[in-house]
Amino acid sequence: MKTQSKILIAISALLMATAYFLPLWKIVLEAPQYPEGLEMKIWLNGITGNIDQINGLNHYIGMQFIVVENFWEFKVLPYLYGVIVALGFFVAWRGKLSYLWAWFAILLVFAIFGFTDFYLWEYDYGHNLDPHAAIKVEGMSYQPPLIGYKQLLNFLAGSLPDIGGIMVGIGGIITVGVLFFEQKLKRNRQN
Amino acid sequence: MDLLSKKSLLLLLATPYFLAVGCKPGKVAETTDTDAAKKVYVAPGKHDELYMFASGGFSGQLAAYGIPSGRLLKVIPVFAQDPENGWGYNENTKPMLNTSHGFIPWDDAHHPELSKTNGEDDGRWIFINGNNTPRIARIDLATFKTVEIIELPNSAGNHASPFCTENTEYLVGNTRFSIPEEGKDDVAIDTYKENFQGNVSFVSVDKNTGGMKVAFQIRVPGFNYDLAHAGKGPSGDWMFFTTYNTEQAHTLLEVNASQKDKDFIMALNWRKAEALIKAGKGKKTAATYAHNVLDEKSHQATSTMESSVLVLDVKDHPELIYYMPCPKSPHGVDVTPDGEFMVASGKLAAALPVFSFQKMLKAIENKSFEGKVAGNLNVLKYESVLQGEVKKPGLGPLHTEFDDKGFAYTTMFVSSEIVKWRIKDLEIIDRIPVYYSPGHLSIPGGDSKKPYGKYVVALNKITKDRYLPTGPELTQSAQLIDITGNKMKLLLDFPTIGEPHYAQMIPAEKITKNQVRFYKIEENTNKYVTKSENDARVVRKGNRVDVYMTAIRSHLAPDNIEGVQVGDEVYFHVTNLEQDWDVPHGFAIKGANTAELLVMPGETNTLKWTPDRPGMFPYYCTDFCSALHQEMQGYMRVSPKGSSTPLKYGLGSKIVQK
Repeated sequence: MKTQSKILIAISALLMATAYFLPLWKIVLEAPQYPEGLEMKIWLNGITGNIDQINGLNHYIGMQFIVVENFWEFKVLPYLYGVIVALGFFVAWRGKLSYLWAWFAILLVFAIFGFTDFYLWEYDYGHNLDPHAAIKVEGMSYQPPLIGYKQLLNFLAGSLPDIGGIMVGIGGIITVGVLFFEQKLKRNRQN
Repeated sequence: MDLLSKKSLLLLLATPYFLAVGCKPGKVAETTDTDAAKKVYVAPGKHDELYMFASGGFSGQLAAYGIPSGRLLKVIPVFAQDPENGWGYNENTKPMLNTSHGFIPWDDAHHPELSKTNGEDDGRWIFINGNNTPRIARIDLATFKTVEIIELPNSAGNHASPFCTENTEYLVGNTRFSIPEEGKDDVAIDTYKENFQGNVSFVSVDKNTGGMKVAFQIRVPGFNYDLAHAGKGPSGDWMFFTTYNTEQAHTLLEVNASQKDKDFIMALNWRKAEALIKAGKGKKTAATYAHNVLDEKSHQATSTMESSVLVLDVKDHPELIYYMPCPKSPHGVDVTPDGEFMVASGKLAAALPVFSFQKMLKAIENKSFEGKVAGNLNVLKYESVLQGEVKKPGLGPLHTEFDDKGFAYTTMFVSSEIVKWRIKDLEIIDRIPVYYSPGHLSIPGGDSKKPYGKYVVALNKITKDRYLPTGPELTQSAQLIDITGNKMKLLLDFPTIGEPHYAQMIPAEKITKNQVRFYKIEENTNKYVTKSENDARVVRKGNRVDVYMTAIRSHLAPDNIEGVQVGDEVYFHVTNLEQDWDVPHGFAIKGANTAELLVMPGETNTLKWTPDRPGMFPYYCTDFCSALHQEMQGYMRVSPKGSSTPLKYGLGSKIVQK
């Protein structure tokens, strides 16, 4: 791999490492009574934001309480993700294309796994409702969107990458770019 | 004779009548600005530019309005009980209304005074005086709550109050009624001249906490002290008071206190008085007065009875005070933003005198005295302290405030107008009628070093035909006037609570930046707080029953209580567990002879209730908190005294029996 490529991979790993101090994802809620909005920020190791308010509101429709301690993900993620970022630096150091491919595959699997897990949690959270809930709307479920906006009764729910998530995304795009470029370079050399 | 028919005779006789009607001079036309609607319209969802804090006068409260819209934002309970939110009824705030005379649920609140830093309104606190049972209250502008009330001993009619010095070092309270010394006051009223005295209280304000303390008092001659204002800048060490009844009449004051051509402005050097106190010259004197403080962490007020005060007698320190003669019963005394001139409004005088601070200093230095009062207090020569007089200002001048362009605005109570004049040459520039009979007027920062001269508000005592009638008891009013141009222009006329005796205005951002949205539950140190629904419980100790209750949308915990008996003293300690903006919960129980509770998020309030009969007593949330607010209810079963009904309480399936 070219030196520039190695540097770019290192930058990409660095961008991904920002997830340790920047929120990855956010769920935002807006309603007539909440012009200022409610927000839930998802980090590598937990959730912050207006969780109490959201829990307080959601009990009317029988949604489960969000309790950070109940998520196994936040106990594992900081370590698992650390290994992935470390591998990125390793690839940048060694500069082997095959290693880059391997790292890309790991990232891809991680991303698919992450979004699937997020979707499943959202599905459970939105569908698995307390049968004794005060407000029951026939045929209504409250699954927030995976990405984008959705109207849920009086709330407009949005699910969007936060600053950390955007950094990770940029890191991923850089990685794909380098991979594409190096692969092309290799093919040119073989010709 | 035919020419002089009956008809023409009638016409001839009627001529003088028509002539007289034709000669009737026209009234000054009402000059509402043609753009008024645009200037006062604050679109839905938009905020006003300024807060106006107007006293409620005899309502005992303080009201916050938005300006320029004139919308009433909040009535802040101060000296009067307010069943709307339990102020003075619940166990938390009852101590706030304690005095040396016991519990006093009302007062006559006159002058709101914003705290100042470097002579400018800083938006931290607002103070207001209680006239009748002399008190000063402090309102925290982060929460719009009255957090402290201090009684003034040896005082009666705390009217010249609570005007503050440039950095809110002190608030003053001076006595509208002179009285004999406490403890020696069982004397004949007609011994007024020998036995009655005035009393200036200096209440210190802690720079950081705002905590008030009666630092010292100065005994002054037995006149009536009406109003006050601190100097600023060059005159910052001085406090100026108006006096009337220097005749020292004790009956039919209307006549007997209006005999002299001149009364006085009393100039008091508070810096020197402070130094004397620091030097230990104050005499510790027995005095009983209440000092009440509301702790915003525990949400509980405590009342402490103080027992002494430091006193200086001005007779021993005549250098503290100089009297300046001032025409006929002056009311307001107002100091120009640069601190150079004092404007005094002799309410029965034909001219408005303007005194020069520099001339006053020179007169003191040159001993330009025209006499003495009370034995050894110097009266300065009128001519030696006078800058000039505003000639023919109108009838019944009362108060003056200032803008930032060198103009002064004075209210005329009798001729019902505001007169604008130039400080530089004392020339009258403009006058505008107001409806009717203004007392005080208010310009944002108009008594400070930095006026914000866009509006003046006239605070009117009489409204008569200005609004839809409401029987004999009518509203009083405030009138907003644009003072940006040469001519004053009336913009808006709006009704107020009680008597809008005086008001102060401040740019909104100075207040909004410190606003508290709710109390943090983890910081709640109330003795009876219940921080989690799991801790909600009922505890009996003898005939005292403590209900540790929580409120959160949309239930009260516990909501079923049994085992309470007639004659028990039941205390409902309701904690609002919400941690969000604008989600108060209320609490009321049938037959409660106090008031409801209105509990802010994170706050704990206690309602005391003594059931008088056995039966089923529903209780519920009184503040429409949520979609299921109407379900936010419970029952308390009250059994006859001595019954064996066990104590039992709970919520849903969680029932506890003792």
